[in-house]
Amino acid sequence: MADELVVKELERVVVRFSGDSGDGMQLAGNIFSNLSAVLGNDISTFPDYPAEIRAPQGTISGVSGFQVHIGAKKVFTSGDKCDVLVAMNPAALKTNAKYLTPQSIIIIDADSFTKKDLEKALFVTDDPFKELGLSQQVIDAPITSMCKESLKESGLDNKAAIRCKNMFALGLVCWLFNRPLDYAMHMLQEKFAKKPTIADANIKVLTDGYNYGHNTHASVSTYIVESKGEKEKGFYTDVNGNLATSYGLVAAAEKAGLQLFLGSYPITPATDILHNLAKFKELGVITVQCEDEISGACSAIGASFAGNLAVTTTSGPGVCLKSEAINLAVIAELPLVIVNVQRGGPSTGMPTKSEQTDLLQAVYGRNGESPLVVIAATSPTNCFDSAYMAAKIALEHMTPVMLLTDGYIANGSAAWKIPSLKDYPEIKPNYVTKEMQEGWKPYVRNTISQVRYWAVPGMEGFMHRVGGLEKDYVTSAISTDPDNHQRMTITRQAKIDYIANCIPDIEIQGDKDADLLVVGWGGTYGHLYSAVEKCHEEGKKVALAHFQYINPLPKNTEEVLKGFKKIVVVEQNLGQFAGLLRMKIPGLDICQLNRVKGQPFNVTRLVEEFTKLMEGM
Amino acid sequence: MSEQLYTAKDFKSDQYVRWCPGCGDHALLNSLHKAMAGLGIAPHMTAVISGIGCSSRLPYYMNTYGFHTIHGRAAAIATGVKVANPELTVWQISGDGDGLAIGGNHFIHALRRNVNINIVLLNNRIYGLTKGQYSPTSPRGFVSKSSPYGTVEDPFRPAELAFGARGRFFGRCVDVDAACSIEVLTASAKHKGASVVEVLQNCVIFNDGCHNAVATKEGRAKNAIYLKHGEPMLFGENNEKGLMQEGFGLKVVTLGENGITEKDILVHNAHCEDNTLHMKLALMEGPDFPIALGVIRDVESPSYDECVYAQIEEVRAKKPARTLEDFLLSGDKWEIK
Ligand SMILES: Cc1ncc(C[n+]2csc(CCOP(=O)(O)OP(=O)(O)O)c2C)c(N)n1
Ligand code: SF4
Repeated sequence: MADELVVKELERVVVRFSGDSGDGMQLAGNIFSNLSAVLGNDISTFPDYPAEIRAPQGTISGVSGFQVHIGAKKVFTSGDKCDVLVAMNPAALKTNAKYLTPQSIIIIDADSFTKKDLEKALFVTDDPFKELGLSQQVIDAPITSMCKESLKESGLDNKAAIRCKNMFALGLVCWLFNRPLDYAMHMLQEKFAKKPTIADANIKVLTDGYNYGHNTHASVSTYIVESKGEKEKGFYTDVNGNLATSYGLVAAAEKAGLQLFLGSYPITPATDILHNLAKFKELGVITVQCEDEISGACSAIGASFAGNLAVTTTSGPGVCLKSEAINLAVIAELPLVIVNVQRGGPSTGMPTKSEQTDLLQAVYGRNGESPLVVIAATSPTNCFDSAYMAAKIALEHMTPVMLLTDGYIANGSAAWKIPSLKDYPEIKPNYVTKEMQEGWKPYVRNTISQVRYWAVPGMEGFMHRVGGLEKDYVTSAISTDPDNHQRMTITRQAKIDYIANCIPDIEIQGDKDADLLVVGWGGTYGHLYSAVEKCHEEGKKVALAHFQYINPLPKNTEEVLKGFKKIVVVEQNLGQFAGLLRMKIPGLDICQLNRVKGQPFNVTRLVEEFTKLMEGM
Repeated sequence: MSEQLYTAKDFKSDQYVRWCPGCGDHALLNSLHKAMAGLGIAPHMTAVISGIGCSSRLPYYMNTYGFHTIHGRAAAIATGVKVANPELTVWQISGDGDGLAIGGNHFIHALRRNVNINIVLLNNRIYGLTKGQYSPTSPRGFVSKSSPYGTVEDPFRPAELAFGARGRFFGRCVDVDAACSIEVLTASAKHKGASVVEVLQNCVIFNDGCHNAVATKEGRAKNAIYLKHGEPMLFGENNEKGLMQEGFGLKVVTLGENGITEKDILVHNAHCEDNTLHMKLALMEGPDFPIALGVIRDVESPSYDECVYAQIEEVRAKKPARTLEDFLLSGDKWEIK
């Protein structure tokens, strides 16, 4: 049969693993994306899982998905539609049918498409494909029974054996994409290092899945995604955004020669940063799991006062709780990094879904005139640089910095070149020097940057008191003098505004004389970039300005935006950045494109929308 | 006696003290200066962290490192300071509202974790700074601006809360009673782990006389008992009374009556792991019982900050990476050549 094999060479391909929450789809997806990365492909992933840890089995609400986009060259998003869908049950098929194209291949576990399974997924007929209007190629493999068969002699009980069925599906996908299994086996051995029987069982099922594909479905097209990108030489690892954020913070502490302190309280989707940093004892990282978010922020502020690089991590509801404490860091002028991994709001909202709805909260969500720095990471790997810069700015400018990431980039992963810290800029906090001791006051400032000097407890001769009450500009004593308050308020603002001089200008990607400028910020970069590229390929003149620095804005923002006839601000909220730009740059005529569905953008649809906007000109 | 390294003056700042004349905070401040001088820890190695309230203004009057923070959060901030730099001696100053109402959660968790901080709880049983509302330590029925018909809720008893949170040091003193205050504050600083000193503090403006029974020397002689580890629990103007155990409780007895002699009297053991008797002592109230002053409980155990660093050392002994690059290059990776 081998001669019937059709091998298609593809530039890029999207695979979506989906099944019940307990089916191990995240692991299968992860292994597949990693082994693709190891082979030199570029990857971008999107885990899409329910908030419930174990929703009723087989139901729509329990469907967990993991999408990976692999490319011969660079890929910027986790992909709109999938070329291959693994659906371990009817609920998974139903939920994910919308991601299929007419050319997609569907792999199902035939054993879990019984009448009962169909009913759980609320199908009304016994032909789910017809009911959903699907006519794609289907590989209907009896995955569960073959998995049991495969492990008949392993000594594992039925339940444990069935738990390996995700590996059968993975084996099938590996066959479909001509992926050698060595690296997958290696990953399984690592993962189950302490349970060799489980490791062996997984590897056996994986191999059997691969062979099953090879032996029985040779007439389905299989794919090759070659590595073609001119990747920089070096060592690579895969990171998701939360891991990259964690590494970025550790890197900054190392570069600044400071101890890293994290005060945090668990909250989806930010918790992994706490998990990651808690592991770094050998690097001297301190993590305190606090009694609540207020304490998370407060313990960090205490640590900052005592001279550490202090960080607190959370998501939207946690930021609400921390806002009073963040304001203390604003007025006490202490360095603090607050990471907000944004999720769907308001209130508890949609904890596992992604949004960009906390922008104005970050910029303005505190009492009083309370300026701080806001940075938004643009991709999983950019979380490293953004976290590094957040820490650098906090330490050098004695200010809280809010780092916005989001659930999409926090959980999405990509291949990342292990950086060398010597390529990163120095971090030099504005410490007092011995010579300053005479007549020194805590709010004495650098006259250019307006940054106050940092005297860390333990230093002789610099004892001082700071706090949340307004201080006299000159003497640093408590003051309610009206003119002094005005002066201090303006100075705190000026200190933040000055930081525009320390961040890169906004760069335009695409045609400088484009008919349409697309403006975005933060975690939507991949989608907006891909959409603009596509427009470009279609001969349309579109450019992209994507913001990583939100407050202050890059110095050239006004000049750049005023150079375009038509601007569309695209964001996953109801127009927060658009509103901010209108306020900061009067006279701007901008349109908005807003989505708040908790799902990443769809590149194809963005291209359509941009096209429509240009047609309307 | 060896010469003292510091004097109380070394711990005083140049700021004008703004509490109302006669406020108990003045006296406590003086005792704290003296206790710090006696400890021999340099002002620059001392950090005083407070929340918000009249009492929380205290750091401004210290020539140490100080941080006047936000209402209720002093314990959380002090935790951060201590864990970030365990070399510092960290004091937390809170009122009863600051520490037990808005800050109740941080208070109990700082005790549970056993962070090595010295919590000074200035208990005037009222909200001073906001001008006289009842607080979580005001007695049931207390009439205040926010309870014109009296409160219909029971108060916290700080010791009970502290012991419930597994507190391992609890001391009590009266604001104007300098000798006892200095002694208890000093002991609290020497205690390794979280310590609580409840200061019975008078607010002359909004709750004058709230601790009347023990406000004067004579009153304390009659109505208080000074507990000292290893000494019999005797009190009264001529030490003629004592405490004995009766069933699960305590009883007041008079020496010489019913053949009772000093050897029948309980001897205070502040270091006893079991807190049952400490709780009984701390909760004694007049008129039937004396109010306990001094160090009621002082039981050592590893502090949180100490354990955090010990764990780091333990891991370091096993894992070689010292930089992020070491770590990343020793983990899962692949090479593009
Ligand atoms: C978040 C917040 N809520 C309320 C207040 C108002 N406030 C300031 S001090 C205080 C209570 C003070 O009482 P206590 O802590 O007992 O200290 P005292 O003034 O009696 O020393 C209150 C309610 C505040 N500053 N911040
Ligand atoms: S109001 Fe009461 S507690 Fe506040 S300073 Fe005056 S006397 Fe002291």
